[in-house]
Amino acid sequence: MKLLISTFIVCLIYCILLLGAENQLEVGALVAIAFVASLVGKKTGFMDRLAVAVSQRPSFPATASVIGVLVMMAVFHNSHFALLMLATVLIYSIVCLGLNIQFGYVGIVNFAGAAFFGIGSYTAAVLATHTAVPHLLVLFIAATISALIGSILIYPVLRTRGHYAALVTIAFGILFRNFLEVNDTLGGPQGLKIPPLTIFGWNLSDGLEVGGVEISFYIPYLVIALVLLIATFRITRNLERSWIGLSMDMVRTDEIAASTFGVNIAHWKIVAFTLGNFVAGLAGALYGMMTAYVAPNNFTFADSLILVSIVILGGIGNPWGIIPAAAIVVILPEKLQFIQEYRFLLYAIVVILILLFRPDGLLPRRVRQYFPASRAGGKE
Amino acid sequence: MLGVIYAIVAVGFTLYFGVLDVIKFSHGDILMVGAFAGLTTYIGIAGTFDSPWLQLLVLVLVSLSIAAFLGAIIARYLILPLQKAPPINTLLVTLMLGLALRELVRLFYPNGSNPKPFPRLLPGDGIAIGEFILRADSLILLATGVITIVAVQRLITKSKIGLAIRAVAQDSETARIMGINFRQIVLITFMLGSALAALAGLMNGLYYNEVNFSMGLLLGVIGFSAAVVGGLGNFYGAIVGGFLFAALQTVGAVLLPAILPSVPSAYKDVFAFAVIIIIMGLKPTGLISEKSSERV
Repeated sequence: MKLLISTFIVCLIYCILLLGAENQLEVGALVAIAFVASLVGKKTGFMDRLAVAVSQRPSFPATASVIGVLVMMAVFHNSHFALLMLATVLIYSIVCLGLNIQFGYVGIVNFAGAAFFGIGSYTAAVLATHTAVPHLLVLFIAATISALIGSILIYPVLRTRGHYAALVTIAFGILFRNFLEVNDTLGGPQGLKIPPLTIFGWNLSDGLEVGGVEISFYIPYLVIALVLLIATFRITRNLERSWIGLSMDMVRTDEIAASTFGVNIAHWKIVAFTLGNFVAGLAGALYGMMTAYVAPNNFTFADSLILVSIVILGGIGNPWGIIPAAAIVVILPEKLQFIQEYRFLLYAIVVILILLFRPDGLLPRRVRQYFPASRAGGKE
Repeated sequence: MLGVIYAIVAVGFTLYFGVLDVIKFSHGDILMVGAFAGLTTYIGIAGTFDSPWLQLLVLVLVSLSIAAFLGAIIARYLILPLQKAPPINTLLVTLMLGLALRELVRLFYPNGSNPKPFPRLLPGDGIAIGEFILRADSLILLATGVITIVAVQRLITKSKIGLAIRAVAQDSETARIMGINFRQIVLITFMLGSALAALAGLMNGLYYNEVNFSMGLLLGVIGFSAAVVGGLGNFYGAIVGGFLFAALQTVGAVLLPAILPSVPSAYKDVFAFAVIIIIMGLKPTGLISEKSSERV
């Protein structure tokens, strides 16, 4: 427990330093420290001890992460940029959890992740501008519409496999962006403005003052993102641990064997695909409202590839890997300005290297463990 | 005209899939690299030769060999090491490679993020048939495309190398036992496919007189769609798919505004991709499907 708490505090301080650092040199040094620390940790067996400690207290990482985000919110309560990045990390994590259900559990690679994200944003834009629907409800309507539009794809996705299924989603992603570019009602290439989120008459983008301290307007969005992330995370995690996850694993690993055991492949594929798109749409709506602006250029094929690469970087199928992966992918280019221009290139190279040398990602998914080691009676 | 370009790209996908059962998604970006290599060569030699035909010849030779070399490197260092990995990994690696190539050109080619004018090397005067004017350059490009496709088809079906390629495609284990140098054949196939891509890129550049760092993505996706719709691994399917896609785009551009006046012809790509998705739903393994059975 001591080990866990001290690691947590070190990580937290590190994150705060990284988010707060403004000098390029400082950031570079911090990144280098993290890299060296992870190497040393691996060599000295520290990582293994940490893994054992975590497996004894399975609820610790979740609690710690939430506390971590809250602490960071308190520290950066007034700096917009750091909060925006933090919120972006959380929102990207939500989308990738959705993609993870599709890709990691049932094995449908969705190369149109950014498109479903975009459907969420655009729906939110249209609904918030033209209707009086309560804004919290807008989030869920946007998510539902994203899932509904996704269901157009279900039939071809179900009937096809492997490369053919990949084509269906790629074609859809490109179709979506082309459609937005030429559609004048949706703003064409210029995109749309989104009015800020208003809850019970309270305009979130005004910011607020508590006890004389000014608090950034990103804080409320961050809280919503955090709540949604926790909810999505719990759902994915519980999905994985339940018999549903077991069926989904079977569908992914061997469809033919699964169907001979009476697992309804189509059923689970539909569930996973729809759920994933729902989650992506939800995150998209929130992101759109936070940045107050949508344009087709935010939802290109390259963005979809980045979403997929977060899932791969984190370790396919492991929800825990996604959050650090999203943090790396979002924060690093923002912080190291000279990377910004080259970020797509760098991601591409990193993903190629990962696939060549470490196909399981940063935190590989483990084989199912039904009982914690201590309760099963064994040492391991 | 477009159909020929698409068909050439699709034939490349088909070659790779036939031989190694992999999708090389960076194909479209090799096409772009080929076009840019051609452009650079042109800038380099523009002062040395006067005859446009000679310039064109050098252009084609250089661009094709650069693309073929690139194709061989990709096959050697990315595709072959991943042969045992799940197919989705190969797809992802090549997708990312395509992204990397695109970004490399955008960032490091001088002023690469803007469209570049491509030299007008073919004679532009037309032959009038009644009211219809046939431009000489389109005609030459069309003829080149058709000749290339026929030549590749002859190469695959008649020559010794083609025999080896088909043998590897049929059953790589047995082919190896029969004394075919597997690695060499794979490399040759990838060189051939990449050279075809470069040719398509040059044709595209000569036709539109413009090249763009992101032209490969759309052409690659279109070529891939054409290959898949035709039936992956099927030579004729690829050609059918290529022409089908071009036809869909044309039909989309002409017919959509005619039927629904509110829909402008800019929706032609949306229409074409929508039809492709529908075809995939109806015929999951393409119009001319692969002859294979499920191994249980």
